[in-house]
Amino acid sequence: MYKYDSYDQTIVNERVEQFRDQTRRFLAGELSEDEFRPLRLMNGLYIQRYAPMLRVAIPYGLLSSKQMRMLAHIARKYDKGYGHFSTRQNIQYNWPKLETVPDILAELASVEMHAIQTSGNDIRNTTSDQFAGIAEDELEDPRPYCEIIRQWSTFHPEFSFLPRKFKIAVSGAQRDRAAVQVHDIGIYLVKNESGEIGFNILAGGGLGRTPYIGPSIKPFIEKQHLLSYLEAILRVYNRHGRRDNIYKARIKILVNDLGAEEFARQVEEEWNHIKDGVMKLDQKEIDRVRAYFTPPEYDPAAAEDTSFESGLESNQAFSNWANRNLFPHKIPGYKAVVISLKAPDIAPGDATDEQMDYIADLADQYSFAEIVVTHDQNLILPNVKQSDLYALWEKLTEKDLATPNIGLLTDMICCPGLDFCSLANAGSIPIAKQINEKFDNLDYLHDIGEVKIKMSGCMNACGHHHVGHIGILGVDKKGVEFYQLTLGGSSEKDASLGDRLGPAIAKEEVANVIGKILDVYVEQRQLDERFLDTYRRVGMTPFKERVYADN
Amino acid sequence: MQIIKDKAIVDDDWPVIRELESSDPIPEGKAILPLAYWQANRDQLLKNNSEHAVWIDGSVETGELLDDLDHFSIIALDFPAFKDGRSYSHARLLRERYGYKGELRAIGDVLRDQLFFMQRCGINSYVIREDKDINDALNGLNDFTIRYQAAADDAVPIYKLR
Ligand code: SF4
Repeated sequence: MYKYDSYDQTIVNERVEQFRDQTRRFLAGELSEDEFRPLRLMNGLYIQRYAPMLRVAIPYGLLSSKQMRMLAHIARKYDKGYGHFSTRQNIQYNWPKLETVPDILAELASVEMHAIQTSGNDIRNTTSDQFAGIAEDELEDPRPYCEIIRQWSTFHPEFSFLPRKFKIAVSGAQRDRAAVQVHDIGIYLVKNESGEIGFNILAGGGLGRTPYIGPSIKPFIEKQHLLSYLEAILRVYNRHGRRDNIYKARIKILVNDLGAEEFARQVEEEWNHIKDGVMKLDQKEIDRVRAYFTPPEYDPAAAEDTSFESGLESNQAFSNWANRNLFPHKIPGYKAVVISLKAPDIAPGDATDEQMDYIADLADQYSFAEIVVTHDQNLILPNVKQSDLYALWEKLTEKDLATPNIGLLTDMICCPGLDFCSLANAGSIPIAKQINEKFDNLDYLHDIGEVKIKMSGCMNACGHHHVGHIGILGVDKKGVEFYQLTLGGSSEKDASLGDRLGPAIAKEEVANVIGKILDVYVEQRQLDERFLDTYRRVGMTPFKERVYADN
Repeated sequence: MQIIKDKAIVDDDWPVIRELESSDPIPEGKAILPLAYWQANRDQLLKNNSEHAVWIDGSVETGELLDDLDHFSIIALDFPAFKDGRSYSHARLLRERYGYKGELRAIGDVLRDQLFFMQRCGINSYVIREDKDINDALNGLNDFTIRYQAAADDAVPIYKLR
């Protein structure tokens, strides 16, 4: 993985000192609350319902075991012993004290981490494919480009006060696991007709109140032009994005108002001015960053193992877990192991300090000391030899980290909702709990197969409900929590926004209604059809009729 | 009045005239005029005065100033609120694309913690908001010693130094 050199380290160190001084000035009354807000937001610090929330960047989701131990240490020392992994591959702490945040940042800096631009109206952490570097369907590892973007966007002097927050995702695989099409800028690595690898650039996707799938505005651009093209997009947006209405300030509104073609034309015009200047990327730099992501030394004999097969045959629980929680690896004899943070009795995406330390140890022992945070709020050990899988599974089971539910109904995406977030209309964690309680039969869950439930506590859509196969949105009706369901969303290559099921439903009915929806699916499905495909084939009517039959 | 200019605190006698109808008489003495006023009274102003200064807000197309850049001693960029970042782009365009060499001045909601960014975009003078300590604000220019990306200052992309 990428290693800081003295430049990178100096920047995060100086940032710590800058924020220490900003915090001091705030506490001394030299900065008003209004003046401090944008400063703390640029450092990932929110003031939430009960306490501040600190969001720490995990660039493109990649962590070393050492960094994971630091995250555990921070949870233990400065928080209540746990952290929450978010859909943007970051970690959030819900209970730090404002006065201690500079110290937390200093601790993070000691392991090459930071909270720079994890909130605020700036360019956020660039996210990527959770299986980057190991997926069989990958054209090229996207992470070097994420790192190049990270450096370019860090403290960008022109783009630190954008109309709104700005999120970029990069994927290099056939299958889109990074929700690229619902980002402000989405980037796919692609090959052109002459076999050269470059980028397809999408702009103006996003969720929130007015969700859009981002259109491609530059189907192919050479690698050397990556940063100049991004800079051109950002400049057009910074100058022309709306600032009069916070709900219309995202780039998706600008792209939609202008039309993708006109937006692309303006970007092109801007880009023509700068593309051959200092923004042009050196191949040397691309090679330098790529060298940090060379594969580890895999065991060439890994595939000769037979213990994995016999484990599958002899132990049903192991085989259930292997079926759901392993992901194929491009190297024979290796697997990526998904560690479920969706055990029935925890808030989706939460991990305790003890679990984090434990996972760090497992990463050292089994996976070249690396861990990946996923968009679905789970963790991955990306490089596990199949001969180690059984032992690893046993160890994960001990700490309640082997729930065999990846991709299933209970592997929900869920924002913090009313329990933590001051913007929430309704709870999302209690709904996750309700769903877990109702659907506690693993055989049933496996029979239902892949269903992505995504849940947000308000229109801001941090839980990406629009692109859930089943989306759940918390709404407030005269002070009472209600839930608006959508069906048929997807954040993958076949991206689509979910359709509204009908009137919002009462809190205690949510799991029951999902049960009815799944009944319809089971009756209607053909062969191995997934829920999403059945929905796309039969449409909304049968679902709607069943759910609202009694009304 | 004191402002920060070229990294030092200096006295300054250029008032900003915020409101001026195009038909109003030309103000006496030094004045940073609204762009629209300057454009409407351009010929008269060029005859009367030897020094010229205008202020622009975020909605202006900087290209409009292109033909007149040589006339201006100061172009002031308005930051109506801390979070309105349009003028950062204006500054870079004026410096990097249009080659403006005169003074670029930040006015409005200008506070210590923006100065590092402003300086990098080519702004070289700052009217710090009145209720703030200008000496303290001066420190804001030196928050970082490392710059990852090129802008209107002398920085090159950092990898060129690696
Ligand atoms: S979706 Fe709403 S409730 Fe949930 S975290 Fe985002 S802002 Fe808070």
